Amino acid sequence: MTYPPQKHRLQSLLSPRLWRLSCLLLLATGGQSVAQESDHQYTSEAIQAGSRVYVQQCALCHGPQGETVDGINLRLGQFRTARTDDDLAGVISGGAAGGRMPAFTLRPEELNGVIAYIRAGFDPSGVAISIGDATRGKALFEGKGECASCHRVNGKGPRTAPDLSDIGVLRTPAILQNSMVAPAATLLPINRAVRIVTRREETVFGRRLNEDTYTVQLIDANEQLRSFVKADLVSYELSSEPVHQPTTLSGDEVADLVGYLLTLRGMQ
Amino acid sequence: MKTLNHFLIVLLSLGGLISASATLAQNQAQEITYDRILNAAEEPQNWLTYNGGYASQRYSELDQITPRNIDDLEVKWTLQNQVFGAWQTNPIVIDGIMYITQRPNDVMAVDAVTGRVFWMYRHTNAENARVCCGANNRGVAVLGDKVYMGTQDAHLIALDRINGKPLWKVKVGDVNFAYSITMAPLIVKDKVIVGVGGGEYGIRGFVVAYDAETGEEAWKFYTIPGPGEPGHDSWDGDDWEHGGAPIWITGSFDPELNLTYWGVGNPGPDWNAAQRPGDNLYSDSVIALDADTGELKWHFQFTPNDGYDYDAVQVPLLVDMDWNGTPSKLMLWANRNGYFYVLDRVTGKYLLGKNYVKVNWSSGLDENGRPFATPQPEGMPTWPGNQGATNWYPPSYSPRTGLFYFSAWEDYATIYRAEEQEYEPGRAFLGGGFTVLTPAQGAPGVGIGRTNPINTWTDEVGHAALMAMDPQTGEAKWKYEQFDVSDSGMLTTASDLLFTGGREGHFHALDARTGELLWKASLGGQIVMAPITFMVDGVQYITVVSGHAMSTFALRD
Repeated sequence: MTYPPQKHRLQSLLSPRLWRLSCLLLLATGGQSVAQESDHQYTSEAIQAGSRVYVQQCALCHGPQGETVDGINLRLGQFRTARTDDDLAGVISGGAAGGRMPAFTLRPEELNGVIAYIRAGFDPSGVAISIGDATRGKALFEGKGECASCHRVNGKGPRTAPDLSDIGVLRTPAILQNSMVAPAATLLPINRAVRIVTRREETVFGRRLNEDTYTVQLIDANEQLRSFVKADLVSYELSSEPVHQPTTLSGDEVADLVGYLLTLRGMQ
Repeated sequence: MKTLNHFLIVLLSLGGLISASATLAQNQAQEITYDRILNAAEEPQNWLTYNGGYASQRYSELDQITPRNIDDLEVKWTLQNQVFGAWQTNPIVIDGIMYITQRPNDVMAVDAVTGRVFWMYRHTNAENARVCCGANNRGVAVLGDKVYMGTQDAHLIALDRINGKPLWKVKVGDVNFAYSITMAPLIVKDKVIVGVGGGEYGIRGFVVAYDAETGEEAWKFYTIPGPGEPGHDSWDGDDWEHGGAPIWITGSFDPELNLTYWGVGNPGPDWNAAQRPGDNLYSDSVIALDADTGELKWHFQFTPNDGYDYDAVQVPLLVDMDWNGTPSKLMLWANRNGYFYVLDRVTGKYLLGKNYVKVNWSSGLDENGRPFATPQPEGMPTWPGNQGATNWYPPSYSPRTGLFYFSAWEDYATIYRAEEQEYEPGRAFLGGGFTVLTPAQGAPGVGIGRTNPINTWTDEVGHAALMAMDPQTGEAKWKYEQFDVSDSGMLTTASDLLFTGGREGHFHALDARTGELLWKASLGGQIVMAPITFMVDGVQYITVVSGHAMSTFALRD
């Protein structure tokens, strides 16, 4: 054994069998695969068309980044009352805020496009995200989705995975959806899972909180804050994989979860 | 491959493992209960409260570092503050994890052995938050799974101790009237207690207790009595409504008497005492409040109708010792007004008072400890000067030496100028101004903090003396003089070491019995808080803040 130990970047923590299994699970959901459904829901053409409508019709009041009206950030999916796509369509077509936002008469493809552009986080080359019902999303978060078995919200739940109490102001809808559909693509590098074996032969699993050349800090499986001097370790392994697999929930369910996560705005 | 699968499975089920493995973990941190804080002296490896324990003695039973091996002290780590300004935070250390603040209101959990940060919480204050004398914060309090911090915009925030996420926030005072919080909260039983700053802005001071779990208000005590309350007649007209009397330093607690003790700040406007006739209770006083109800049990006013900004925001230091041959519960107090006091902390009775520096605002104290006021003619200097003969920086008492240690300012005087000033909400309410007495016209005076690497004011304008006071006599047994003044607090240990510093950036250790200098390190930045000590894995550490750096020392391996 050499000291300090080499840090191993594990290409995949999954056994070939487990990997095949998870692929099968994904395939089993077939047409409900979220990525596919989202791509079909709004096309790239719709998003690009929407960006032109936005610049012409909306940007005067909402600003090029969508944040110039108090309490609203269109790019980040923050609205005063609207939640679903139907809500947005209603506000655009019917006006809002006692007439301060006028009613817009848009052709269906224009209306569809501007909603797509908003849902794509103002990224014309992006993917539009469907935002569903927050109440159903909360039930999924705590139930079938099993999110609450690792994530903490407003003081409830384990601390081992990142606390999501304010995730709605930290992440765009697109990133929230991706964190479920393609977690490996959205896992922040600092949050990588680690396995440490100390010279005292203690094995510690945890989530990395901080690291430098000589030390590493993490929260372990017992929710304890731990700090290690690397020279005192027998091994330090860092996983390149997220802890959870791509979700097997349906597209509608993911949309509901995104809707719920966007309501998590931290302590005001 | 088996190992890797295991890794994944463990991580997948991290949440579910918590209860099962809690009893197995070797290094499992214990919960911070009130009982642990109450018995803080029994776990000297930790530093559980602002002043190290409810008696606020800043004395530690740790004795690994001794006068014999102190030359082996070396820096183990340094943490640089990320913002400018004097750094007054006092660390709390619990089972190897240190909780600190940096101005204005960031909280960090730090590995006490390496100085590396686990998490940081950042509070953004209201834009109109203001404090007179720097965006200071002096640290947090910890109870259960929560960390508590008061904010510049007068809120109290509870954070999750493990991940730093905010759990609740309550409005303590109105920022539009310049209420603020700079002190570390005090935990007593199931309550978290804070006071408010704003003595230079015409606030009406108070101290308030909240349920530590929920943030629900439990009791509130105004430091200026309202109409119909005892002491209200010490104010004229509506002066009481904006008479100051802030509380910005953490208090002490006697669990047997169930009393909390708080030092109360200056009345406002600061320098025009004639504008607010009367004693101006409870400004410049110590108050004893019932820990459960906030009811006032007694008070003692050091400086009635103060026109010199002589805040009594010192730490109430509690000792049990013989007084005239009788075992007594005492309170030791070196006041900003230049007098050292011994009080009976059961009743508030005055036992002893003596000036420890030159004093001319008063010619002495009567049998009840009330000063004979001798205001100086206009344009003539007053000793001690505006920053006081000492101030908020924490003293220490060693039960081994029986001595009380604190930083005093000697040969420092101020010429005050009083002016009528009308109160305007949220604006400075000072009633005049002052200049520091200097030996030559236009020479630099001593300021609130040190901002110049060259000491152009010199010891002729004021300098520090670390005093080792014998509380039985009110006389300093020895003193250790420094060239510049000092805002450093004190730490004593069971190996009879005394650690302190000053504005010059020297961090030094003295023999607590004799005052002999044993060791020093030039850290370069002003030291404006007391050092603390703790132990992790059998190694004793000393932490001190100097300038923008927090440095932690231990013996060479």
